[in-house]
Amino acid sequence: MNKKVKVFSTPTCPYCIHAKDFLRENNIEFENIDVSQNQEKAQEMVNLSGQMGVPVIAIDETIVVGFDKNKIKQLLNI
Amino acid sequence: MYELIIIGAGPCGITASVYAARKKINFLLISPDIGGQAAWSGDIENYTGYQFITGPELAKKLEEHIKQYNIPFKEGETVTSIVNADDFFTVNTDKSSYRTKTIIIASGKRSKELNIPGETEFKNKGVSYCATCDGPLFTAKDVAVIGAGNTAFEAAIQLEKIANKIFLINIGSRPTADEILQEKANKNKKLIIFNETRPIEICGEKFVSSIKINYQNSQKVLPVSGIFVEIGLIPNTNFSKNTEKNDKSEIIVDANNRTNIPGIFAAGDVTNVKEKQIIIAAGEGAKATLSVFDYLTRL
Repeated sequence: MNKKVKVFSTPTCPYCIHAKDFLRENNIEFENIDVSQNQEKAQEMVNLSGQMGVPVIAIDETIVVGFDKNKIKQLLNI
Repeated sequence: MYELIIIGAGPCGITASVYAARKKINFLLISPDIGGQAAWSGDIENYTGYQFITGPELAKKLEEHIKQYNIPFKEGETVTSIVNADDFFTVNTDKSSYRTKTIIIASGKRSKELNIPGETEFKNKGVSYCATCDGPLFTAKDVAVIGAGNTAFEAAIQLEKIANKIFLINIGSRPTADEILQEKANKNKKLIIFNETRPIEICGEKFVSSIKINYQNSQKVLPVSGIFVEIGLIPNTNFSKNTEKNDKSEIIVDANNRTNIPGIFAAGDVTNVKEKQIIIAAGEGAKATLSVFDYLTRL
């Protein structure tokens, strides 16, 4: 059963790049949302996570703030 | 019991690890992340062998390099203390504890904090230490940059492309950034510089809404949504109480990376080596492991 993964990111943030590389290496499909280009999505990210730092990674209903590799591994069973 | 524990996985700790693996030392690498400050850097054009590489790309290359040697790496662990015994050290982390004969401290530096009310409370809720990362979230908003050195002006220049008004808050009487950066930043009419100004408090409800400042001896409130703290770096040495440090809290090392404690070595930005450069940190890491190797053979 595939979990739905969304990455809220900015193109310039190093940890966003690491997070996306990590997902790609593990063959995890995800939707990348560039919050610098989309004010509405930026607001959605703030509402979901209660904070303004990127990246925010949504795995189904669970919100991970920052590139927390161990938590992501655990949630995706990788 | 390990022969060596390397603390930190920036360019310094990783180079030290590669050398340790090649010397077949029984060692462990411990770090909360890979790449250290290099992972946060923008464009790198002075690391020989690469005419141009970005910070995240270099971090990736470093990671590949340790993978090639199967280096035992405790990623995501932070060292909390070092305890000296007669002939070994205990390295405690937030998850476990390890015994070792020698240590290389390569824990680098981190952003300095303001230490004013509201700063911790509003971290990532308007307070940021990385304009490159979080800047785009402040599109068309008013923001403050604290600091007046090169990184503060670089942050201001980045934010000029995104934010509405940028207040640059400088404790000193004039900015210390390179002239070329100041000229570039001042070209844009969005930048307002407050000299001789001290930030006092960060205010807001759920998110930052203003900053209280003391501007030339009178209090003033600037309504802002974002506050970017760019006041320099401090060494990560909280876990290492007994090593001797200079007035910048940097660990003092000799030419062979030895500290005042036999068996503890240090290298890279965490030390008093004057120049803080990626290539220098990497070189120092190599030196430190070779010194450790020499030390271990004499035990």
